[in-house]
Amino acid sequence: MLRKLLIGTALASGFAFAAHAEDVKEVQMLHWWTSGGEAAALNVLKEDLSKEGFAWKDVPVAGGGGDAAMTALKAMVAAGNYPTASQMLGYTVLDYAAAGVMGDLTETAKKEGWDKSVPAALQKFSVYDGKWVAAPVNVHSVNWLWINKAVMDKIGGTEPKTFDDFVALLDKAKAAGVIPLALGGQNWQEATMFDSVVLSTGGPEFYKKAFNDLDEESLKSDTMKKSFDNLAKLVTFVDPNFSGRDWNLATAMVIKGDALVQVMGDWAKGEFNAAKKTPGTDFLCYRFPGTDGSVIYNSDMFGMFNVPDDRKAAQVALATATLSKSFQSAFNVVKGSVPARTDVPDTDFDACGKKGMADLKAANDGGTLFGSLAQGYGAPPAVANAYKDVVSKFVHGQIKTSDEAVTELVKAIDDAK
Amino acid sequence: MSAVTSPAREVSTGIRARTVNRIVIYGLLALFALFYLMPLFVMLVTSFKTMDEIQNGNMLALPQSPTLEPWFKAWGETCVGLTCAGIKGYFWNSIKMVVPAVLISTLLGALNGYVLTKWRFRGHTLVFGLMLFACFIPFQSVLLPMATILGSLGRFGVTLQNSTGFSFGLGNPTVNLVFVHVVYGLGFTTLFFRNYYEAFPTELIKAAQVDGASFFQIFRRIMLPNSMPIFVVTVIYQFTNIWNDFLFASAYAGTGDAMPMTVALNNVVNTSTGVVEYNVNMAAAMIAALPTLLVYVVAGRYFVRGLMAGAVKG
Amino acid sequence: MSTVAETKIKLTPEHNARPGASVRSRLQDALPKIVLAPSFAATVIFVYGFILWTIYLSFTNSKTFPSYAITGPRAYQRLWRWTFESDPPSSWYTSITNMGIFGFLYIFICLALGLFLAILLDQKIRGEGVLRPIYLYPMALSFIVTGVAWKWFLDPGLGLEQTLHQWGWTSFHFDWIKNKDFVIYTVVIAGVWQASGFIMAMFLAGLRGIDGEIMKAAQIDGATTFQLYRRIVIPLLRPVFLSAFIVLAHLAIKSYDLVVALTSGGPGGSAWLPSNFMYEFTFKRNEMAVGSASAVIMLMTITAIIVPYLYSELRERPR
Repeated sequence: MLRKLLIGTALASGFAFAAHAEDVKEVQMLHWWTSGGEAAALNVLKEDLSKEGFAWKDVPVAGGGGDAAMTALKAMVAAGNYPTASQMLGYTVLDYAAAGVMGDLTETAKKEGWDKSVPAALQKFSVYDGKWVAAPVNVHSVNWLWINKAVMDKIGGTEPKTFDDFVALLDKAKAAGVIPLALGGQNWQEATMFDSVVLSTGGPEFYKKAFNDLDEESLKSDTMKKSFDNLAKLVTFVDPNFSGRDWNLATAMVIKGDALVQVMGDWAKGEFNAAKKTPGTDFLCYRFPGTDGSVIYNSDMFGMFNVPDDRKAAQVALATATLSKSFQSAFNVVKGSVPARTDVPDTDFDACGKKGMADLKAANDGGTLFGSLAQGYGAPPAVANAYKDVVSKFVHGQIKTSDEAVTELVKAIDDAK
Repeated sequence: MSAVTSPAREVSTGIRARTVNRIVIYGLLALFALFYLMPLFVMLVTSFKTMDEIQNGNMLALPQSPTLEPWFKAWGETCVGLTCAGIKGYFWNSIKMVVPAVLISTLLGALNGYVLTKWRFRGHTLVFGLMLFACFIPFQSVLLPMATILGSLGRFGVTLQNSTGFSFGLGNPTVNLVFVHVVYGLGFTTLFFRNYYEAFPTELIKAAQVDGASFFQIFRRIMLPNSMPIFVVTVIYQFTNIWNDFLFASAYAGTGDAMPMTVALNNVVNTSTGVVEYNVNMAAAMIAALPTLLVYVVAGRYFVRGLMAGAVKG
Repeated sequence: MSTVAETKIKLTPEHNARPGASVRSRLQDALPKIVLAPSFAATVIFVYGFILWTIYLSFTNSKTFPSYAITGPRAYQRLWRWTFESDPPSSWYTSITNMGIFGFLYIFICLALGLFLAILLDQKIRGEGVLRPIYLYPMALSFIVTGVAWKWFLDPGLGLEQTLHQWGWTSFHFDWIKNKDFVIYTVVIAGVWQASGFIMAMFLAGLRGIDGEIMKAAQIDGATTFQLYRRIVIPLLRPVFLSAFIVLAHLAIKSYDLVVALTSGGPGGSAWLPSNFMYEFTFKRNEMAVGSASAVIMLMTITAIIVPYLYSELRERPR
């Protein structure tokens, strides 16, 4: 009975909208970028569209890094009220595409040449069954260090090239009485840091096998144990109150000079930007030691829903504007990420952004561009969250040894597959 | 306790004991008041501070240079998504949803309670038990099936609109929310009234019946006027729950025009980027809570009226 | 206070012999049921219908969206296995043990504190009009924000601990919110703060409904205040206890935002309650079958606890 309703819902949704002829020149956009630089950046898109005569109907639902918005989206889809587009992450796009509720932008993609300009790694998520279903907005990269330069100078540190260098640098900071490592003790932050640790400890091949292919041998290997040991080492450098802290507060610790370094994705640069800090003079961006040459990525995408024909024009306009070079540049300069197409000029970007763009291109060409497991680009959400559980329990002491951690990791991932 | 039969000495120790008693009572009440007020104090002081002071000072300290700026910003300037016009516009959305939902569910609860205590039928306990147990269903698990049903009602509304020119409110997000809150509030309102009416003297109703009063006459003339205390409790409960509901509100009415206050507030507060403007957040939260606070202060007074109403019984 | 509430009324005193009036009186007979019917129907459909739907889903392999092919009890098997994984604790194990601790303390403290405050407030207190809203207001505020205030207050680096250190009491130590073994108690503190005032209001309404004559009579008989409350007032408040218990039990079970706003799940997920588990699995991890199964288990547990209680409360008692 309910299934019939659901199918009927999908079929009839076109009809529901058809009654509102005036809705045509409007995009309905569900997102969770409700404040700060992200909202400002998204406003650029809104204005671009209004220049073309399309109104922007905002559907903002903040909270939980998109959790609340995704719940709302699920309810909207169940009710048959598809938005024109929704901010989505990785596997969620594919899930909705498999459920048959996504639109088809292949024509536009051909015309705009997205096939060539968007990295193949992103196309894995934005193209389903040969059809373009989403427009990627940006590429974030996870394996970065963000360092306060004043503190770095004070303790006389230099760029760490290996994990051991990094530990030595943290030791120096500790000796100088600064909090060495700013970390927010929430599972996704811990797991995001662990992504980099694994890449650094095991190298690109190992990362891919363990965290993208979920190869069991790699997951329970000694290298993985070593990675957990290294994580444990890093955790000794955080302050006692780290548990539960939001990531932007951890970034603020580095900005203010209370802490030396944060291991975080490049969205942290948005915070430095907002605080009017300049790379090179106020803060430093290095790749996580031992991961230079590889990029662990995640990406924000605008999933395009299967809207009725009279709303398609607006949708195409939204997708085109999203992937236009000018918006890609303007948006990503603010957000801290890099453009989702590799042919955008880097003139407006700062030093870190330029490096990020070059790294992305190199990694894309060299086959060292990997999805972040912590950010939901390495495996479906069930697996990714099981992984975060294990890392977080290890950091907070429910899991006591790296042997146990590896056993738990294999078990949890196996359970969730 | 009668003073006339006691010697004078005992009276004076009685008075002294009474005074100590009163001091203890007032002391305890004040102590608990402090406990309850503490977070409000933190929020209030924070809302009058500048960001500098929040970041560098103690959270319990009074603001050194109090400013109203955060309040103005929360009211009229802060960004809810991409629209930066403060939270003032969302009051009406919430009010036009909460008031009908509270009134309908309370009135239905009163009627149900009345039937379940004064017009009992075979199996009334089972019916009540089933309605009561309904309180425990986790809302997360009704979210999707309810959305499906609301969606198809909405399409039916469009059909009606096309054929009769009037949709009867079907498909309107505000109407949807009212419906959902009435349905899931019934268990509680019925519970409150049923338990209250349980103790209500049945002779009065019998007498009224003998006088020829009908079912609704008795309800209106006898039950309702004597229901003030429980009415207050129910309204407070329903108003608070519905006003503060986020799950249903974001899922069924997050789309711009009908967005209730909680969703807007959440969008202001629940940010994970940039410097979190705690002062604005706190001010916004206080503003968003004004209607509920008002209901509490105003309605609370009627507990006392309830006392008088209670004196009628017996 | 009446003692005849249990007396059943004969619905229609006299049946009239005339046929027209008989239809009318039959309608009168049915009127109470007609009034009750819509509420009951809504409950059956939107609560019990959806519960059946949830039970059905728990036997499928629904992931992101509901799927309707029955695949067996795998979700339950997983939950069953997780129930016994205590070292390291599985998220499910943490959730249910937390529910035990939180549910018991929260309900017990709220009831005790609520009754206590209501009795104090009922002593003809000057300033009751000021105190009442003070105790009540926590319910009025959305926990999205009061959660932040509590988070600060309980944070050792920002709140109580730091303040007391500044005032000179440097040995004071209070870091429960950062401690995986104690974080659930901070959820209890915030939860009690939020709900106990409302429970107080319920008891106060109950106390105000008690006939003053009974109290006077008991006082004349020489009962002490303590005896008065224990022997007479509290037994008379039985229905209020029932309402309060139901309200608290439901709040305890649905305490989702409390955990999220205050602890964002706690260190290593140590503050999770079953509602967090259910939400996480249904909406975040796209394991709808497991989420549904956990909802079913929650409902079954509630049934096991509540139904005997309801039964004993609701069956006809001679007074």
